[in-house]
Amino acid sequence: MSTLQTVCLVAVAVAGTATVLTRDPLRQTVSSGMFGLTLAVLFLAFGAPDVALSQIVVAGVAVPVMVLLALAKIRTDERRSEE
Amino acid sequence: MFAYMVAVWLLLVGLYGVITSRHLVHLVLCLGVMQASTYVLLLAIGWRAGGQAPIFADISSRTPVVDPVVQALTLTDIVVEATVVAVLLALTVQAHKRFGTCDPDALGALRG
Amino acid sequence: MTPRARLVLGLGSLAALGALLLWAVGGLPDFGHPRGPYADLAPKIMLDERHVTNAVTGVTFDLRGFDTLGEELILFVAALGAAVLLRAQRSERAAEEAAAAEERRGPATTDALRALGAVLVGPVLLLGIYVVVHGALTPGGGFQGGVLLAGALLLVYAAGQVAGVQRVRPVALVEIADAVGAAAYMLVAIAGLVFGVAAMDNVLPLGTTGSLLSGGTVPVLSVAVGVEVTAAVTLILSELVDQMMLRGRE
Repeated sequence: MSTLQTVCLVAVAVAGTATVLTRDPLRQTVSSGMFGLTLAVLFLAFGAPDVALSQIVVAGVAVPVMVLLALAKIRTDERRSEE
Repeated sequence: MFAYMVAVWLLLVGLYGVITSRHLVHLVLCLGVMQASTYVLLLAIGWRAGGQAPIFADISSRTPVVDPVVQALTLTDIVVEATVVAVLLALTVQAHKRFGTCDPDALGALRG
Repeated sequence: MTPRARLVLGLGSLAALGALLLWAVGGLPDFGHPRGPYADLAPKIMLDERHVTNAVTGVTFDLRGFDTLGEELILFVAALGAAVLLRAQRSERAAEEAAAAEERRGPATTDALRALGAVLVGPVLLLGIYVVVHGALTPGGGFQGGVLLAGALLLVYAAGQVAGVQRVRPVALVEIADAVGAAAYMLVAIAGLVFGVAAMDNVLPLGTTGSLLSGGTVPVLSVAVGVEVTAAVTLILSELVDQMMLRGRE
């Protein structure tokens, strides 16, 4: 196993732990995005460019946007119920 | 072997996050970490020492490549993750509307 | 059960699960030496018999095409589920707020953001179409390109005024595109039966390796999946956004 793969695996483990330990959902979106990007680099190191492309697009674009929209909707609901 | 251990670690860490979560959206993203552990495991199984990526556009057809079937499975897995997150977020928005809180411990029983 | 007791029980179970998993993983074949015969056969079949240079897309749309049919339908159903869950709330207030939302304007975004959006939308659209169409040749395919195209549409929303985009985007067109993509995939799958071979068989002429129309049904399925994924992701995002848009800004 090459050095690049070992470094990528360690980065993925650290990023995953950081994502779980971030409690605030808004900040967790950012660390989840970083986790997705480290995963994409790991997939490239394992010889899977298709999977890396898919991972970048889903974990960098689709999932953070959906989470941010849901959080905004929740906040608007809270503000609405206070009126 | 280290790759398999990282996959197991990601699963355990994600599960710990789900168990001790205090916000439904945090729970959904920890579920994403658990799903990532399956990708790492699948790709680590398919890795062939000295193999190239299985795209033959510019390499000869005799070069050893990594397993493409496992990569196709992982691709499906990633798309399924996106759909699961979408439906769970829609459920979270509805749960907040119904119960007024996003704390899994404070969600009440289902009402008919 | 108190949270403290639950935490202790959870950590204990996690430790046991971890031990079991490490024991299981120790029995896998050595890292770097996959044992399956499928791993050696699949690239050979894809390249020599089907003229597809991207073995992964070939496996996704040809050897395991039935699997991809189910996966595409998962996306379709998720868009359906999000619409059902989130649209029910909209109808209850649609009557009172529809008129009010017309007069309210969203906050004007800064000029820099709008300029950046205008500059980026074209290249992202082109990149998305390129990735979808070249699925059989280079890394890419229907799913990746489809989400890229949906990202381009999202860029229009993010860089423009909120209320204006809602008037312009026709929701019915996106729903029809979703259905057309899913139906096209299923029709190509059934085409095998029409031609007298098994369903999901590769029935179109396989061009020369490396050209755009190689691989028979693989680029056709890639385009069908691309259309369907774009529409489904746009639907899901628009369901989440419409909730906010309908409320307007105070």
